[in-house]
Parts: sequence; structure tokens; C-alpha cells
Amino acid sequence: MTDPSPSSAAVDPESGPELLHGAPVVRAQGQRSVHVGREELAALVGALRDEGYAMCIDVTAVDYLTHDGARALPGDVSPERFELVVNLISHAARDRVRLRVQVPEDDPVVPSLFEIHPGTEAMEREVFDMFGIRFVGHPDLSRILMPEDWEGHPLRKDFAVGRIPVQFKGAPAAR
Amino acid sequence: MTATDATSDEALHAEMHDELVERTSEGTQEMFSREVAGGVNVLRETGSVLRLSEADAADLSSDRTAEGDTTIINMGPQHPSTHGVLRLMLELDGEQVLRTKPIIGYLHTGMEKTGEVLTYLQGPTNVTRMDYASPLFNELVFSLATEALLGVEVPERATWIRMLMCEMNRISSHLLFMATNGMDLGAVSMMLYGWREREETLRFLEKVTGLRMNHNYIRPGGVAADLPDGWRDDVLRLCETIPPRLAEYDVLMTGQPIWRERLQGVGLITTEEALALGATGPILRSTGYAWDLRRTMPYLAYDEVDFEVVVGSYGDCFDRYAIRLHEIRESLGIVGQIVDRMPSGDYRVQDKKVTPPPRARINESMEALIHHFKIFTEGFKVPEGEVYVAVESPRGELGCYIVSDGSPKPYRMHIRGPSFVNLQTLPHMMAGGLIADAVAVISSVDPIMGEVDR
Repeated sequence: MTDPSPSSAAVDPESGPELLHGAPVVRAQGQRSVHVGREELAALVGALRDEGYAMCIDVTAVDYLTHDGARALPGDVSPERFELVVNLISHAARDRVRLRVQVPEDDPVVPSLFEIHPGTEAMEREVFDMFGIRFVGHPDLSRILMPEDWEGHPLRKDFAVGRIPVQFKGAPAAR
Repeated sequence: MTATDATSDEALHAEMHDELVERTSEGTQEMFSREVAGGVNVLRETGSVLRLSEADAADLSSDRTAEGDTTIINMGPQHPSTHGVLRLMLELDGEQVLRTKPIIGYLHTGMEKTGEVLTYLQGPTNVTRMDYASPLFNELVFSLATEALLGVEVPERATWIRMLMCEMNRISSHLLFMATNGMDLGAVSMMLYGWREREETLRFLEKVTGLRMNHNYIRPGGVAADLPDGWRDDVLRLCETIPPRLAEYDVLMTGQPIWRERLQGVGLITTEEALALGATGPILRSTGYAWDLRRTMPYLAYDEVDFEVVVGSYGDCFDRYAIRLHEIRESLGIVGQIVDRMPSGDYRVQDKKVTPPPRARINESMEALIHHFKIFTEGFKVPEGEVYVAVESPRGELGCYIVSDGSPKPYRMHIRGPSFVNLQTLPHMMAGGLIADAVAVISSVDPIMGEVDR
């Protein structure tokens, strides 16, 4: 896979890690993900848009609260509970890039990408609804899938999976 | 307007706002009057997606009608033309639509959460219920993502069977669109014709998978069963039956003046707007932008078959209709090539840790029994990592993002539904149109609410 961004030429062969606009790049399964701080997220997305990554395909998040394994993060990125995942695509280079942003539990706030890619509007609302991550600068940050009066954020790992107790005939008790 | 007027107006609108919240349980998901909603929101609901100059923006939010001339009405969620449970709030000036806000979530069943408690082998039964009009694509993208994490190579025959089934599914999905689009626009007989042809493709899917919908046929490691005897004849029969029927559609709809009147120039969108809004599939292609993942970023064996990427030129509802109609023909062409070139071999990967052993082996081999038991109770373990895989579903880019923590269940399973993102183009395509055209626009987006709400 070729890296179409001009900044990749600036990688210092001595220091090892590949950088994209100063953010460390991790390659796995033939895919490229870039670990970027939330302060630099908007600037990086803007810069990538000008380089041809003109479409924001997906915005989602992961709650790493109960993740048992070791997360493969580059050295200077400290793991936080939440991770925002932004998928960008460049039609000209036919290439995808994934941005992963660590979001701390006690301050789950990230800048909205709405100004750069208006298409992230519904996706950011979904992330807010499901994970409680707030997007600064989003025009209408309200719940999108859950009812307005719902308490909690369902895709967080400490939110229990809903169950309806079923009493089977002859069974000792509901599971 | 004096300062006191403004404040009393504000108080009035705040009061209206509170009342509206009180009367419904949806609260702030609603669309509000312009003053309450505020600048950016109004711009979004009028469908302004590209950056405007300050002057234009000010003009857009201040022009129009004193309060009272416009009406905010509610359309759906129970409306025959909203394809399920889509609810729209529309601000109307007479018959003209000024603002639109889709309100979704009525079919939300927490399938991404459910996906976290199912093993990778059970996963397809869950995701197949998302986009219920093209279930095989959901299974495909989930399986491809799982295989990418596992690092297994699927046998060639499995790949080609997947292609065959997905193209069949694309045909049935587009035929469903033909039927509902026809009915939405008043060609009620089209509903019956579209359904008739769709049923014939579904009969083939049923013969292969055992079910008309929600097949759970494509699974990590391959497909559930080999193609049945006589599948070639069935496919060839379909390839003979459907094209003349499509010619009938052309007579009934494509060339008909009323049909063209209803669709041409309605629901316009440009390439820049579609890209900015993240729209994919027929919506993006209707603007003349030839982006089809099967061609541009090939998966399965799409780089080995010959087909055209169908594009429109005006970005209107007619283009989106015509693209889908023509994509049925292209899919039939692909299917014909697959029939000629279907390789022989295994239909699933021969990896004992991933694929359950054949039934006959269980009776004679202890190891086979153990593997069978382990795979269906505990499931197979998938190495740690995260991966995003996308395929071209009939509605656009269908993506699957899986995070694995090394256990037999996905740590996080996210589906990027094309309908969910494509719905954002509605406010844009509706703005300035007539309320009667709203139905045509919704229909041309072809949203499947199961996938929107997941």
C-alpha cells in the first residue's frame, strides 16, 4: 500500500515510527490507523481533506473498559477508556485512513468534525447517544436512536445488556 | 423590530418550545421554529451543506416569511411511503418544503450491543437482520472483517459463491426498490410486478440457503452449504426471465411522460454535496461520480468480472431510479459470468479451528466431535486487533468495524449502514421542493430502517 501523503516522505528512518502530520501511524491487517490527540484531531482531518481524503465515511467509538488484551498503541499514546474512531477515504488515491483518538472517561469531550465534514452530523449524534462522548461545535447534539428520556449510554461496557426474564415450563427459574 | 419585541418573541417561542416538549416524549429531537432552533440548525435543516459566505448565511436564515406563515408538520413514523418507521418533520410554506428533519430510532433494537454477546459464528444471524432487504451483504461484510482478523484465506469457490449470492441479492433488493418506488409514485401495478420478480430471485436464495431472508448463509470461513444440484439451470432461467420484465418496466415507467414529470429534476444533489454529506451508492453515482467499491476498491473477485459502473448526470430522482434499474442488468451480467467461471473446490475453509467438521465425521472421529462441540459452545478465538472492511451494498458503502480482544466474541462490532448516512441528504434534496415530491425523494434514497436504526 502506498502512502499518498507528502508528509510520509519526511519520516526519519532512524526514529522508526511512521508519522502522518506528526501523528504516529500503526499498520495492522494491511490497514493504516493514525493515533492523534483530540486537540489535533480537527486540524489533522482538515489537512487530510485538503490532501484528498474528502469523505468522512464513518465515526464511531469503542469503550475499552473491560478489554483484557494489550492494546497495540504507539509508545507515546496513553490509553484512555474511550476511543473515537474516524474513517476517512480518499477517492483519488483509493485509500482509507483510520484516525483513533483517546478520550478520557472523566472528560469525554472531543471537537466536532461537522464544520469539516457535514456528513458526520448523524454519526456524532449516534456516538453521543451510545457512548456519552460530547462533541464541541455540533449543531444539535441530542439523542438519535434512543428515546430522549433514556438514562445512560447503551454501548458503554458498564451498561448491562437488557434481558427479559423468560420462565420456561418446568424450568427451575428464569435465567 | 425593537428590542422589547425581540425579547417577548423569544419568551413566546420558549413557551411554545416547552409546550412541544411536554406534548411529546421526543423532546429536543424535534424540529423547532427558526428562532428556537438557531442559526446552524436552521441551515442544516434547509439542507445547506457547503460553506456559505457570511452574507449568504445571514440572508438564508433571515429571509423567508414572518412566523405564522409557515407550518411545521409531522410525517410518519406510520406512513405508507416512509419505508417503515421513518419520521420526518417538515416546515411548509404552503405546499413548499422549507426545512426537513428526519427523526429516527423507532426500530432501534441495540444490535451492535447484541453483537458483543454473540460469538463470531453467531454474529451473522444478528447482522443479517439489519438491512433486511439485502441481508447477504451484512453477512458478507461481517465475515470479511472476521476473516481479516483471523488471517484466513477463503477458498476460491466460496468467494465465487459469495459473489453469486450477493449479486442475486442486489437484484432482489433493487427489484424491491422498483416495486416500492412505483407504488410511492402512484404506479400501484408496479408494486405487484416488482414483487413478482423479486419473489423469483428470492426463490433461488431460498433454494440455496433455506430461507427467503435473514439467511445466515455467508459465515466466517466460507458459506454454510454448497450450491444445490441444478443451481446453474435456476440461475440461467432467472437470467432469461428477468430482462424481458425489465423491458416491461421501461414501457410502464421509464419512457412514460407522467413518470418522467414526477422524477426528473426532483430531489437534486451535486457531487460536492453528496461527498460532503457522506452519501454513497446510487445517490453519489446519480451525480455522475463513478464510485463503486466493486470497481474502485475491489473485494471478493470483482476485479475478475466484467461490468459497468452505472452513473447518472443530473443527480435527480430519475437518475437514481434509472441507475438501480440498470444495475439489475449489470448484476445479471455478472451472474452470467459467474455461472461460466464457478471454480470447483471447497465451499468453506478447511481449518478445524474455524469450520465445524462435516456431520459424517462426527460419528467416527472423537476429535471431530470435540471440535464441533467447542465451535458451537465456546466459539473460535479471534486474535486481538481491530479492522474496518467495506463492501458495496445496494444502498452504498456498508462497513463493518470489529475490535477483538482475543476472545470468541467481538469486543465491539460496529456496522456503518449506508442508509443511516444517506438519510442526511434528505433535508438537502427536499429543500424548496413540493410536499408531493417529498415522497419521491424519500423513495429514491431507498432507506431500510432496520439498518438506519440497527
